Amino acid sequence: MNTATQTIELKRGHNGDTLQPSYLARRDVWDWVFAALVLAGAGWAFLQYDAAMNIYEKWILAGSVPSLIWLGWFWRPLRALCVVVAALSLLAIWLYQTPSGADLARADQVFLLKYFISSQSAILWMSVLFFMSTAFYWIGLLTRAGEAFESLGSRLAWTAVTLALVGTMVRWYESHQIGPDIGHIPVSNLYEVFIMFCWMTTAFYLYYEDRYRTRSMGAFSMLVVSAAVGFLLWYTVVRGAHEIQPLVPALQSWWMKVHVPANFVGYGTFAIAAMLAFAYLIKQAAGETRWYKLAPLFLLGVVLCLEPIVFRQSALEQSGSYWFIYFGVSAFIVGGILAGRRRIAEKLPSFEVLDDVMYKAIAIGFAFFTIATVLGAFWAAEAWGGYWSWDPKETWALIVWLNYAAWLHMRLMKGLRGTVAAWWALVGLAITTFAFLGVNMFLSGLHSYGEL
Amino acid sequence: MTVSTQGLQVRAGSRVFGELVELVSSMRFAIALLTVICIASVVGTVVKQHEPLNNYVNQFGPFWSDVFGRVQIYTVYSAWWFLLILAFLVISTSLCIVRSTPKILADFKAYKENIREQSLKAFPHRAENALAEAPEAAAHRIGQTLVGSGWKVKLQSRESAAGTGWMVAAKAGAANKVGYLAAHSAIVLVCIGGLLDGDLIVRAQMWFNGKTPFTGGGLIADVAPQHRLSPSNPTFRGNLLVTEGTTAGTAILSQADGVLLQDLPFSIELKKFVVEYYDTGMPKLFASDIVIHDHDTGEKKEARVEVNHPASHRGINIYQSSFDDGGSKVNLQAVPINGPTRPFEIAGTIGGSSALTNGDQKLTLEFTGLRVINVENLGSADSGTDVRAVDLRRSIEKQLGAGHKVGGEKTLRNVGPSFSYKLRDAAGQAIEYNNYMLPMDIDGARMFLLGMRETPSEPFRYLRVPVDENDSLDGFVRLRAALADPVLREVAIRRYATQAVEDGRADLVEALQQSASRALGLFAGAEAAPDMPGGMPVKGGLPAVSAFLEANVPAPERERASDVLVRILNGTLFELLQVSRERAGLPPVTMNDDTSRFMRGAVMALSDAFYYPAPMTFQLKDFEHIQASVFQVARAPGQTIVYLGCILLIVGIFAMLYVRERRVWVWLAPAGDGRSQASMALSTNRKTLEADQEFDTLKTKLLKVNP
Repeated sequence: MNTATQTIELKRGHNGDTLQPSYLARRDVWDWVFAALVLAGAGWAFLQYDAAMNIYEKWILAGSVPSLIWLGWFWRPLRALCVVVAALSLLAIWLYQTPSGADLARADQVFLLKYFISSQSAILWMSVLFFMSTAFYWIGLLTRAGEAFESLGSRLAWTAVTLALVGTMVRWYESHQIGPDIGHIPVSNLYEVFIMFCWMTTAFYLYYEDRYRTRSMGAFSMLVVSAAVGFLLWYTVVRGAHEIQPLVPALQSWWMKVHVPANFVGYGTFAIAAMLAFAYLIKQAAGETRWYKLAPLFLLGVVLCLEPIVFRQSALEQSGSYWFIYFGVSAFIVGGILAGRRRIAEKLPSFEVLDDVMYKAIAIGFAFFTIATVLGAFWAAEAWGGYWSWDPKETWALIVWLNYAAWLHMRLMKGLRGTVAAWWALVGLAITTFAFLGVNMFLSGLHSYGEL
Repeated sequence: MTVSTQGLQVRAGSRVFGELVELVSSMRFAIALLTVICIASVVGTVVKQHEPLNNYVNQFGPFWSDVFGRVQIYTVYSAWWFLLILAFLVISTSLCIVRSTPKILADFKAYKENIREQSLKAFPHRAENALAEAPEAAAHRIGQTLVGSGWKVKLQSRESAAGTGWMVAAKAGAANKVGYLAAHSAIVLVCIGGLLDGDLIVRAQMWFNGKTPFTGGGLIADVAPQHRLSPSNPTFRGNLLVTEGTTAGTAILSQADGVLLQDLPFSIELKKFVVEYYDTGMPKLFASDIVIHDHDTGEKKEARVEVNHPASHRGINIYQSSFDDGGSKVNLQAVPINGPTRPFEIAGTIGGSSALTNGDQKLTLEFTGLRVINVENLGSADSGTDVRAVDLRRSIEKQLGAGHKVGGEKTLRNVGPSFSYKLRDAAGQAIEYNNYMLPMDIDGARMFLLGMRETPSEPFRYLRVPVDENDSLDGFVRLRAALADPVLREVAIRRYATQAVEDGRADLVEALQQSASRALGLFAGAEAAPDMPGGMPVKGGLPAVSAFLEANVPAPERERASDVLVRILNGTLFELLQVSRERAGLPPVTMNDDTSRFMRGAVMALSDAFYYPAPMTFQLKDFEHIQASVFQVARAPGQTIVYLGCILLIVGIFAMLYVRERRVWVWLAPAGDGRSQASMALSTNRKTLEADQEFDTLKTKLLKVNP
């Protein structure tokens, strides 16, 4: 540069304008009310149950206050969700009270408990609402006047999430009423974590729905939630898995309380990413008429639906008809989606949006999956005597982690997008599902929390 | 994009070396390594690791099991090639860090304020607008706005023919690059820590220090020093079994071909092993109360080791790993079931065995296990409802309510201790038995359960023996012995016949006696019964009676005949009971509810006893429960490094994914008259929708472009 130049480093001035108001200045009244409520709730819980908590649990309680406030501030609909869930859970707890303390028999006597907000009733409602929500999203996607249906689907999904959380909270309370040493937070067995998977996945989907101002991704995202609900119902009705069980010594650890939820952020968002990848591929195949080009998509779709049982002989033998119907329905759905691909493609958001949400979902899932795996290692160091022992579950967690790490590397460093990224995300879900369910079914190891 | 995926370019050295370094440090090499690690890991989860060699031979056949063994498929995670790949991964990632760090550091300082005005046109995010401010004022306003929002800003004034123009250069999100460094160094740290804590150092001692695995047996104290590792061994992981009331200080490290002994700098004394159960029979607590005796200082430290709560001493962690029977002492009473054994008592310890001779029959009694607590579900199955009925309301309501109930009601109860043993014959064939010490209530009657199975894969089948009025097996045993005695049978038959015929008509008595003799003879197995339809020989009991009826009575009359015969049989057996009591010097029993319940159970048990595969069973009289606790002891110096790596990894990943690094330049060219022409460009390393949104904000705020 041959012109005379002069450079100064700019320091903060007095009256500098900013690009947007500061973080605290952007809070509205309700934000502060919400923060006060969370603080008050935690304070009350602390006073009430101080004696029953050990130091780690106190720290978890303390840490949950800023986390919850931050979450509510970050995405405002969560404020209402928190307050409603708290109110309904407290109502349920209040209804359980008798003059001589809480009594679980009240679940069969009090109308509201029996039919709505005792844990099992709430979860049954949750299941029904998730199915309805999925159905409405699909009607919305396939019909002309879809907006109204999609908005209804969205509302139903919100209600279902609320009931899932109420069911979880009340179940937590109920577990403490069975016996003084039985109570624990319901994240300890396959039944409980499936409920968590359902609401977590839906909550993440609803966030993207809100942020990207489009409801047309719901049909695909809610499909995976419905599949999980289908599995949950089978698990409840056939296996009676919903009975609250006490914790075996290996699970009596506060690590469990953070390890499991962190994992399910990962599983949920990976599932959303895969469903959007599916939508992406459908949109791409809209003009495709050659059947052999569509066949792989159909097959992978069906396999993904069937993965819980695809290798499982005994499940087929024991309740064959249920799984045959399940198989029929999933093949029908995937076939239907492919048949209506042109109409669906028109309604789906643009490729850019699908791609962006896919990336966002995998990114957040990967970050939390890392946390979960690290926490798992810390826990294993205390429980099994080594932070890493190549237990099949650990190994598969590593494989899942490496898979998404590679996906992110390719995307961020090489700019991988489009068809390949979408196929890869779908395959990623297959690997994740195997790590989540398959390992427990086919491989023996220390993670034997959910025998099927 | 400032971080490239290409490898490190080395200037010095030969071309081949340079290309090699470039390959090893490139991302494609790292990804290839990770793929291999993935595949190897999958193999390791599918093929069970560290099994005895025989299992693999059964599974894969002799040829493939040998091939797989040579490439160390059975110990994938400690195979030399797996460790080599990990080492390469460490090198590759380290080189990647070495390659990127200088660029990142340079980037860290640079504002790139010297960028040419023309270059701004090359960015995908760019905007232009005319501003009603002089360049200098505009530059300061824009700069301050950016600084106020957390950007770092430099201003540069450039003289030109048209006047003084101003360049605003700003950057934000430098933490992204720090995240890159953190996450990648984390991988290196985790791998290095993990390699330290693996069995590399133990293996190094075997290679260079002449340590060899021990394959023999005997006392630990007698094992030669070349099989022992020193207490100062920096890293190891082994198991230590301590029996209640004893002390142990040598851990066992399993190797593929034997064990190594690890002397600890302390001994562990197990005072008590505690197991607690929930009402459901699920374990609630495993804990060992131990005393640690330090060898050097002589210090004694009491500690409690629980699952999830390890103890630690001198850098060695002590974990509750599992538990075992530590040689409980049991006293058994042999009870004859089939055949003329006389009752005897025998004492033993769990894990031991004892030889029995019965005439020319030799049996080995192996004491295999003692369970002090057994929680069983004794609830009756859902009765009264037809399971085929579709009652939607009922089936939905079953799912409603609190989460503490399931469909079928369960009655869980602790039924007391049980004891298992094996009887091995001279040919080495063993049958496993499992007997409960106490009788339990089954369908309203108290029964002893005597279980047996031929292979461990099948569940136990139980012979249910009713208790007598003293809650013991004796009544049944006497009855069983009387049934085997032809003289006593004859007495019982005679008594039954005379009592059953009221007016004593001799011909009727004679006929009844004949029938009773036939029924009892069949039942006792004294009279040969025809084979069952499948060709199965019938030893006795109710199957013999039914086989006889099948062969001799035409089908239409069979049901009536069977009723009569069973009534006669029951009556005769009752008389047999009385005879057996008489011989034992006991008063006769009267026929009441208890007696008839006993008789019902006894008839079934007598019938089933023919299929009990041993002449006698063993009853647990008393026991002394001695437990052993299995600890895992480990010294893992790499743990801190791994944990540091883990924390760095999390921080790094969040920084990389959620901090967007971006730079913005605004060139303010003088347009005369106190006005300026602004052109702006944004560069970002993430092409996401956020970048678009942010650029829109920048446009409206900085360049006053109306949206």
